[in-house]
Amino acid sequence: MDRPGSDAHPLRVAIIGAGPTGFYAAEHLLGQPAVVAAVDLFDRLPTPYGLVRYGVAPDHQKIKSVTAVYDRTAAHPRFRFFGNVEFGRHVGLGELRTHYHQILFCTGAQTDRRLNIPGEDLPGSYPATEFVAWYNGHPDYVHHHFDLSAEGAAVVGVGNVAVDVTRILLRSPEELARTDIADYALEALRESRVREVHLLGRRGPAQAAFTNPEIRELADLPGADVTALPEEVALDEVTRAELDRTQDRTTLRKVEILQELAARSPSRRPRRLVVRFLVSPVALLAGDGRVARMRLVRNRLEATPAGTLVARPTDRFEELPVGLVFRSVGYRGVPLPGVPFNEDWGVILNERGRVLDPGSREPIPGLYTAGWIKRGPTGVIGTNKPDAAETVAHMLEDLAAGRILSPLEPDPAAAEALVRERQPAYFSWRDWQRLNELEVRRGRAAGRPRVKFTRVAEMLAALGR
Amino acid sequence: MISVIGNGREGGAMNIAHVLARKGGHVFTIRPRRTVREALATLATHNIGALVVVDEEDRPVGIISERDIVRAAVRDERLFDRAVEDLMTRDVITGSPEDDLRAVAHTMTERRIRHLPVVAAGRLVGIVSIGDVVKAQRDEYLGEVETLQMQISEGRA
Repeated sequence: MDRPGSDAHPLRVAIIGAGPTGFYAAEHLLGQPAVVAAVDLFDRLPTPYGLVRYGVAPDHQKIKSVTAVYDRTAAHPRFRFFGNVEFGRHVGLGELRTHYHQILFCTGAQTDRRLNIPGEDLPGSYPATEFVAWYNGHPDYVHHHFDLSAEGAAVVGVGNVAVDVTRILLRSPEELARTDIADYALEALRESRVREVHLLGRRGPAQAAFTNPEIRELADLPGADVTALPEEVALDEVTRAELDRTQDRTTLRKVEILQELAARSPSRRPRRLVVRFLVSPVALLAGDGRVARMRLVRNRLEATPAGTLVARPTDRFEELPVGLVFRSVGYRGVPLPGVPFNEDWGVILNERGRVLDPGSREPIPGLYTAGWIKRGPTGVIGTNKPDAAETVAHMLEDLAAGRILSPLEPDPAAAEALVRERQPAYFSWRDWQRLNELEVRRGRAAGRPRVKFTRVAEMLAALGR
Repeated sequence: MISVIGNGREGGAMNIAHVLARKGGHVFTIRPRRTVREALATLATHNIGALVVVDEEDRPVGIISERDIVRAAVRDERLFDRAVEDLMTRDVITGSPEDDLRAVAHTMTERRIRHLPVVAAGRLVGIVSIGDVVKAQRDEYLGEVETLQMQISEGRA
C-alpha cells in the first residue's frame, strides 16, 4: 500500500483531548498543503474546548471567543468530534492502533499541586481548580460543595487562577448574574458570607505572576476595597538593582500599581481584598473540625546561581483568621493508561512531542503529545499553537520516513462503529452545535452569554437522546 | 488601547522544569577520567554540544563542550587521549527546575553560558542549552502574539 497522506488514502490521526491544543494540532494537520490528513478529536466530556469552557473565568467572555477559531477547524470535511468518549475507558491504545496511523495526546494538566502542609485536607481547604471547574459547570464537579459561610478567606498563589478565584469571590451577585457562571454556583455565591480575602504571594511584587491588567481589574472591582501592605510592596535591594538594569517597564508599572494600592484609604465597600507578598502558609489550624486559621511564615528573597529570586523562610510567623482556603500553586498532568509518564515533571515522557519508551528512551512509533501534558502548565492559550506545531512537524517527518503505525482498519467508518459500540451516547460535532444553540438561546432569555448544561444526562436529554 | 485583561493565561510563567519536560529526560554525562575521544564520540552520536562531567555519586563536577575541545585542539593537536578533567570547565553554574526562564536567559546571555546543568535535591536532572531557552522564549512570545491577534480580530467581528 502507498504511504498514507493522499486523497484516496488519508493520514488518519486520533487526537485525545479537545482543548485548545487539540484544535491547534488538528488545524496544523488539516492545513498541510502536501499531506491529506483526517482527524478524529476525542474528549471525555460531551463538550469541546477544554479549559476555555471550564477554566477561563465566566466574567472573561472575550477570551472565550477564541472558540470561533476552533469552530473553523471543526468545519473541515475531514474533521470529526467524538465527545463523551474517554480514553482508557471506552477506547484504549490497542484499539486506536487498529484504526489510526498516529495518536496524539493533548489531555492537559488535570490535577493541582499540593502545598504539603499540615491541615491541608481540613474541611474548608480546597484546590482552586476544583472551585473553578465547579463555578464553570464542569460535569465532574457539579456535586461538589464549597462552604462559603466563613468571613475570612485565603487564596494561596498569585497566578491567573488565584486571581480568577479571588475576583469571583469578590464580585457581587448582580455582576456574576450577567455571565455564564453555573446557576448553582451563582446561588451559592449569592449566599456567600466571605467579606475579606487574602491573596498570598510567596515572593515579592515584582515576581508576581499576574499581569498588570489582571491586578488592575481586581483594583477596580466595584464591591471591594483592595489594599496591600506598604512594607511588602516596597522593593528589596536585589529586585531594585535588577529593575534598574533591565528597565522592565511592565514590572515597574506592576510594582507602582501595588504601591498605589498600599497607599489607598478604605472606602467602606462591602468586601475587602488584601494582596500579600513574601509569605507562605506553613499550616492550617482547625477550629470546630474545620479550617479556622492559617499560619504563615514571612519570606525573604534570595538569588539562585542562575539568577532567579526565590523565597526563603525567615523565623517570623503570623496567623490569619480564615475559614476558607483555596490553593493555586500549579498543576500536574495525570498519567494515561498505557502511555509512558515522566514523574519528575508530571508530563507524558516525550522528546519535543514524540512519546518515548521509558526503557530505551527511543520514540514509540505513532504516539505523540502536545500542550500542557507535553511541557507542563505554562503560557497563554495561544502558546499551545507553536507547541502543537512542533509536534505536528515531527509527526509529518515521521510519516515521510515511514515511521507510522500500520492500522488493520484505517477506514473512518470502522472507527466510528467502534465508538458507537463502546459509547452509544457519544457526541458528534453536530450534537455539540445543537447543544450550543440551546445554551445560547437559554442565555439570551436571561440576558446572559449562555446558560450551560452542567450534567451529561441533562445534555443528552436536551438533544432528545 | 487594546484591552488584554485576562489574556487567556491559564498557566504559570515558564520555568526550567517546563523546558526540560519536553526534552525526554536525557542527560548525557561523562566521568572526569574518560578521554576526550570518548567525549567527542558521545557528543557526535547524540548530536549535542556539551556533556556534564559527574563524579561517582552523579554529582556535577564540571562541563565539557565542543567549544572547549575545539579551543584546546588549537594548542594541542594530540588531545584525544587526554582526560576530560584536563579540559572541562570546573566552576559550573547550575540551575534548578524552578528557575525562571527569563532569569536564566539573562544569566546565560550575560555570562556567555551555552549549557546549564539542572540540579534538584543534589541530583542532576537535566541540561538546558541556550538554544532551548531561546526556543522556549520564542514560543512564549508567539503564543502571546497569537492570542492578541485573535482578540483583536474577534473584537472587530
